[in-house]
Amino acid sequence: MRLVAEGLSAKRGEDLIFHDISFEVAAGEALVVKGANGAGKSTLLRVLAGLLPPEAGSVRIDAAAHTVERPCEACHYLGHRNAMKRELSVEENLRFWKACLGDLQGGQGLAVDAAAAMVGLGGITHLPFGYLSAGQQRRIAMAKLLVAWRPVWLLDEPTAALDAAAEEMFSGLVTRHLSAGGIAIAATHQPLGLGGAKELRMTGFAGLAEDAW
Amino acid sequence: MIALLVRDLRLSVRAGGGALIGVLFFMTVVAVIPFGVGPDLNLLSRIGPAILWIGALLASLLGLDRLFQAEREDGSLDLLLMQETPLVLIVFVKCLAHWIATGLPLVLASPLLGLFMNMDEMAIGATTLTLLAGTPAITFIGAAGAAIAVALPRGGLLVSILVLPLAIPVLIFGVSAVHAAIEDPAPFLPPFLILVALNLFFAVVGPVAAAGALRLSSD
Repeated sequence: MRLVAEGLSAKRGEDLIFHDISFEVAAGEALVVKGANGAGKSTLLRVLAGLLPPEAGSVRIDAAAHTVERPCEACHYLGHRNAMKRELSVEENLRFWKACLGDLQGGQGLAVDAAAAMVGLGGITHLPFGYLSAGQQRRIAMAKLLVAWRPVWLLDEPTAALDAAAEEMFSGLVTRHLSAGGIAIAATHQPLGLGGAKELRMTGFAGLAEDAW
Repeated sequence: MIALLVRDLRLSVRAGGGALIGVLFFMTVVAVIPFGVGPDLNLLSRIGPAILWIGALLASLLGLDRLFQAEREDGSLDLLLMQETPLVLIVFVKCLAHWIATGLPLVLASPLLGLFMNMDEMAIGATTLTLLAGTPAITFIGAAGAAIAVALPRGGLLVSILVLPLAIPVLIFGVSAVHAAIEDPAPFLPPFLILVALNLFFAVVGPVAAAGALRLSSD
């Protein structure tokens, strides 16, 4: 399986954020997107997730076993916001996403308890999500990646608000996902501790201004 | 989809869910009318069905703006947009949950409030029945308005204004069906069946429009 992006450009309002970005990530590979604030990392991930229409170019997933109609259906998206309800308990949140997302063909998600244990928060699934600290909330959002199988993980600043131990835990999760034949695309400033990851440097609007005019 | 329904129902009864806000508003509106109109029992029983319908209409518009805004604020909407499940179906299920949490209590409270308005059993029964048939339509229309205003920080009143013109036919046929049931010569069934038809029509059109608006709203 491969994720192929060809000639992607995207706009925010009237301004072109990036222009003609192409890359290819195969199963078991990770791509780290780097760049200064405002370089378009988040925008790129939202385009890949199908949440923002690209100005030009296309994203597709080449898979031998199964085909998906839209590439975003094969993706997990971990954005800045955790997509969890503060009023519901951690277990109710994870159980909902497990049932709602469902497993894509070719893999199986973990049980809710097992996923919570994987992120080191096995004992507190009965608490309302709103009672957790920022770092714990982020870890639970990561557990959401584990409860339903998606081959592609799109991670936007995944380790913000995490301590060093949790960062290590998270790079373990990503490595495990890659060894299961997954793909990870992460926008980050911190080193994720992924050996042999490809790197994509975004220059942002400043780098484009000369080309455009 | 069952999971989404159960989650939304759970959320509506937890802190800040606002399931009972609509009923409280409905009761407030209907309870103050007799004080304002005065103790003319005949007048009260004549305007009773219309007051109940207007109260229910305004009460069901009350919580609509949060339908998608809450999902958008915590990022859940992004994930729902990415799924293989058609967005129209997701919107439909959310409307259904919203109606069960906020519309159904209004229907259940209406017989009690009918007594406040000195309505007889026939009028109370007809009002409850027409509210049962009509309030889902208001929710489905409201979903389209809520989806359009999803990105606006204080879109509450805007949703009501967008939605109100479309909800007027529901109000007209709801009240006229009740009047037909009370006053003998007019037949009850035609206006009631039009009300049901409006409900079915908006059950299809509302979610489709809302899904389209949500797709365009993501940034």
